[in-house]
Amino acid sequence: MIDPISVFLLLLAAATPILFAALGELVVERAGVLNLGVEGMMITGALAGFAAAHATGNPFIGFAVAALAGASVAMLFAILTQFLLANQVASGLALTLFGLGLAALFGKPLEGIKAPPMPIGPLRINWIVWLGLLMVPLIWWFLNRSRAGLILRGVGENHDAADALGYNVRRVRIAAIAFGGAMAGIGGAFISISIVLQWTEGMTAGAGWIALAIVVFSNWTALGVLAGAWLFGGVTVLQLRLQAAGVSVPVQLLSMAPYLATIIVLVLISARQKFSHRAGGAAPGSLGQNFHVLR
Amino acid sequence: MTQPEVVRAEAFRAEVFRADGIGKSYPGVRANDDVSFAVLQGEIHALLGENGAGKSTLVKMIYGLVRPDQGQMALNGQPHHPTDPREARASGVAMVFQHFSLFDALTVAENIALGMEHPPPRRELAARITTVSHEFGLPLNPSRRIATLSAGERQRVEIIRCLLQNPRLLIMDEPTSVLTPQEAELLFATLRKLADQGTAILYISHKLEEIRAHCDRATILRGGKVVDSCNPRAHSARELAAMMVGGEMRLIDRTGRQAGDVLLQVNDLSLPVPTGEGTALKNVSLSLRAGEILGIGGVAGNGQEELLAALSGEMRSAAAAVTLDGKPLGAASPEQRRKAGLLTAPEDRLGHAAVPDFSLTENTLLTAGTRKELVRNGLIDHKAAKSYAEQVIKDFDVRTPGPGTAARALSGGNLQKFVIGREVLQTPRVLVVNQPTWGVDAGAAAAVRQALLDLARAGAGVIVISQDLDELLELSDRFCALNEGRLSAPRPTEGLTLDEIGLMLGGAHGMEVASI
Amino acid sequence: MMRLVPRTETSLPWQIATPILAVLATMITGGALFAIMGYDPVAAIRTIFWDPLFGPAAGYSRPQLLVKAAPLILIASGLAIGFRAGIWNIGAEGQYIIGGITGAAVALAVYPAEGMWIFPAMVFAGALGGWAWGMIPAMLRNWFGASEILVSLMLVYVAQKVAAWMAFGPMRNPEGFGMPGSRNLTQYPSAANPELIDGTGAHWGVVAAAIAVLATWFLFSRHIRGFHIRTAGLAPRAARFAGVKPEALVAFCLGLSGALAGMAGLFEVAGPAGQITDSLGSGYGFTAIIVAFLGRLHPLGILLAGLLLALTYIGGELAQLTLQLPAATVQVFQGMLLFFLLGFDLLTRFRVERRVLA
Repeated sequence: MIDPISVFLLLLAAATPILFAALGELVVERAGVLNLGVEGMMITGALAGFAAAHATGNPFIGFAVAALAGASVAMLFAILTQFLLANQVASGLALTLFGLGLAALFGKPLEGIKAPPMPIGPLRINWIVWLGLLMVPLIWWFLNRSRAGLILRGVGENHDAADALGYNVRRVRIAAIAFGGAMAGIGGAFISISIVLQWTEGMTAGAGWIALAIVVFSNWTALGVLAGAWLFGGVTVLQLRLQAAGVSVPVQLLSMAPYLATIIVLVLISARQKFSHRAGGAAPGSLGQNFHVLR
Repeated sequence: MTQPEVVRAEAFRAEVFRADGIGKSYPGVRANDDVSFAVLQGEIHALLGENGAGKSTLVKMIYGLVRPDQGQMALNGQPHHPTDPREARASGVAMVFQHFSLFDALTVAENIALGMEHPPPRRELAARITTVSHEFGLPLNPSRRIATLSAGERQRVEIIRCLLQNPRLLIMDEPTSVLTPQEAELLFATLRKLADQGTAILYISHKLEEIRAHCDRATILRGGKVVDSCNPRAHSARELAAMMVGGEMRLIDRTGRQAGDVLLQVNDLSLPVPTGEGTALKNVSLSLRAGEILGIGGVAGNGQEELLAALSGEMRSAAAAVTLDGKPLGAASPEQRRKAGLLTAPEDRLGHAAVPDFSLTENTLLTAGTRKELVRNGLIDHKAAKSYAEQVIKDFDVRTPGPGTAARALSGGNLQKFVIGREVLQTPRVLVVNQPTWGVDAGAAAAVRQALLDLARAGAGVIVISQDLDELLELSDRFCALNEGRLSAPRPTEGLTLDEIGLMLGGAHGMEVASI
Repeated sequence: MMRLVPRTETSLPWQIATPILAVLATMITGGALFAIMGYDPVAAIRTIFWDPLFGPAAGYSRPQLLVKAAPLILIASGLAIGFRAGIWNIGAEGQYIIGGITGAAVALAVYPAEGMWIFPAMVFAGALGGWAWGMIPAMLRNWFGASEILVSLMLVYVAQKVAAWMAFGPMRNPEGFGMPGSRNLTQYPSAANPELIDGTGAHWGVVAAAIAVLATWFLFSRHIRGFHIRTAGLAPRAARFAGVKPEALVAFCLGLSGALAGMAGLFEVAGPAGQITDSLGSGYGFTAIIVAFLGRLHPLGILLAGLLLALTYIGGELAQLTLQLPAATVQVFQGMLLFFLLGFDLLTRFRVERRVLA
């Protein structure tokens, strides 16, 4: 019947796009920036990665280009929020709308083409899945053990204090935004290159927003992000299995599951944070606030 | 007098820091103008001036946060022009900030590491924090989160952070404003120890008595310029104040008041911590008579904001917990309380008592809509609001181009006069104010205090919550202290000594008790 | 070197100038994009921004302007109220879909009965559906502190699935030969939302949009609730101090914007779209966010911005036909417009000063 190992492998794959995007957004938010443009960066990465993989026949080049593309569009957000001091919520929305449009515009000629095959990594697991799993301890180490990570957390927790101590708040945040963009780009490319195996318009289907919710769920920790991504992967796989098994619930209702699960998880975790000792859970102190000082 | 000895000693002391003709301008403000002074090795040098005199700008330049437009600085005889704080730290300058530059969610060790150029590895740093903090009698646990520390302990973290870098020049920006008198004594003992070891200390304050008691020399700033330099011990507080303000201080008039009937009563009020952060109020009771001023002292974060919120209606309680003229108001909304005559003015001017981006006219609508009939049946009478704003501006001498000016464009003193004026002109039965003169220049502070006294003379009850003990002693008839959300029994202000007040405030908060 | 100096008062001239600058910058950048893609930039820009109003086929496209602008303005008016209060409903698309479904449900339930009451009842049901869908994020935020941004957005995807389910399941036209999609309401006189004046494109949604513009203008200029909404957005603590209950404000803003979006959805289903299909959501809910910002959250601005964005929709379709420009061009344009607007917005709040170095 259902082979648990292959289900787990499916879960790993389904979780990977969200894992990348959410890990990237985790670093961005720990630096005190709320980038709601994850969906836009993911779709950009999905398209750019797919196009590069198709053009070169090498999926790994595709992922590299996706990272670059994600970071590039993220820079639009960085310019708006870090230099032009625009509202972060609105700028993130703009990035999402722009990214979705841009990808739809340039993606037309690629529709219907199959992705180049991806070499399988150790233990029948995709190399990119391995990379995502590796990023979890790496980011944990970076945030909690490295000097650069300490500075990044300081900037996110209290940007006035970080500035008073001589740290360049803007530079740290731009670097974090670029990293978040690259990670979202890879996550998006995983959907087009390794899951769907082709390009279709709007294929990220809210994955970027789910990633944002998972950062909240994680209580701003790397391990929490992994747990959230797997939870999401599990719900997705389960939903697909139920569809395949021909359960007598309409397909459309089953496919709501990931979104409803996200809402439920968000509510549970927000409630826990709300009623626990510290307001806002472990949310960085300066999250979403712009920094400007007159010298 | 010991002055000749001081002079003799100075002859042997090396000059650690010197400023020559420093100038700095901001749009519309000359923050520093031709400032020159020197700090010697081993001395505690006071930088004295009232709010807005340019003290903070000056030290920010020494610490590399702001760059001067004109002038030269030297540290140990070498030119000192840091482009950022790291460079300043590397050349031996350390600074303890007025509003702490600490990160609440991080641990003591992480905070200290962020303030150092080349912190040692984690374990080693933790060990050094423990040793150095014990050496100076300021014990600290390196793995505690800042959010769990008291104000005094937080300052300890800042000081230890400085000490670990063996600074040549230590800058302290208004360090005692958050400390009880006992904690302040401990701080001065530490500073003296450091000075004796050869560190030059630049001590910024506007508190005259502590400067007279503890500082070796004083440079006095007024309007961005150095107006005098003296031995503070050789002058009375009154003389220092005159130098600082530039003229005699206006004395306020306390006469002509008599206590009447009880107006406001708070009965055994307890409130939980509001959504996560803050202080719970525990069994607070008080009663306030007509014509009386009740002073409530306390170190920041002991429930002042919560008490004001409980009285303003931002936090609700059982109806009977707050009564005005016997009417229960504990469960009433802010609007209902205003209607009944209970008015308040919170501490934070920008963002709480006033909306920074709103004009003064719009800001009248925050609290005066009902009592001044600026709003009828939900409809705003813009004309009435404008003329009320004009009245407040006129009666309280608010310096502003007009009622259309945004609140954030006003100086702290002028905005505070507007906020207090907006409430006073509504002729409240009871007015509760929190930190009415915080960060306000001396002229505005005197005007605000006088307005509160006049209001009480006219028969209203006034509660002044403040961290400025001098202010409370000057204004209040009875004094009580907030400590960890508990309110002490009131005592008549007359005859109360600073030591007694210090004990009411909780003495030296956890200073003797090691937090390990 | 340059530095930014905060203005003491927000600059009114710049507030008016920045949206215009943003539109111009979008045209220039868009033109450059067309040139790179191998299209004639001048022709493309003219086709999108000029021809729908004054070109050879303007007689057909001009009425479309009001048809497209009405839902945008209706939704954006509601969103602007929330945005001003710092309450971010970005799920108007979902509320629009649900409003369309609940409104149509009334008609489909009573079909083929006729009566004057049917259409008003549909409008009410549409508003109610949108209100309820908007109240979900409101209540989840009030009770549990869940982010209304994420919840309202997730509910867009859920609403899309609901629409698909309706189109294929419960609401499928029994006489539709198995094709997905409901009965066509435009062929059901009591339920139809017809063109009110020939050749204008004006249907009941246009009337509702006009009322919404007037009502929001009144709310913000004269009513204390509008003042409280602005206060809450600029200084939440000051709003509490003034007596605003944050929870009530969240419910008011999300509920109202949901109701307006739901109404817009019903007008669309009963008029231009005609039926419930799985592609009921047409992106109006997202474009309305751009309209709200481009209009500076001001009723009059929203009116103009709604007309302009409607123009890009029609112009985009025209360019698709005549120049074979991809359909997504309009989406890119709209995204770019928001980018430029947010960037130029700096000038309303700061002065750019050249810094004098000593």
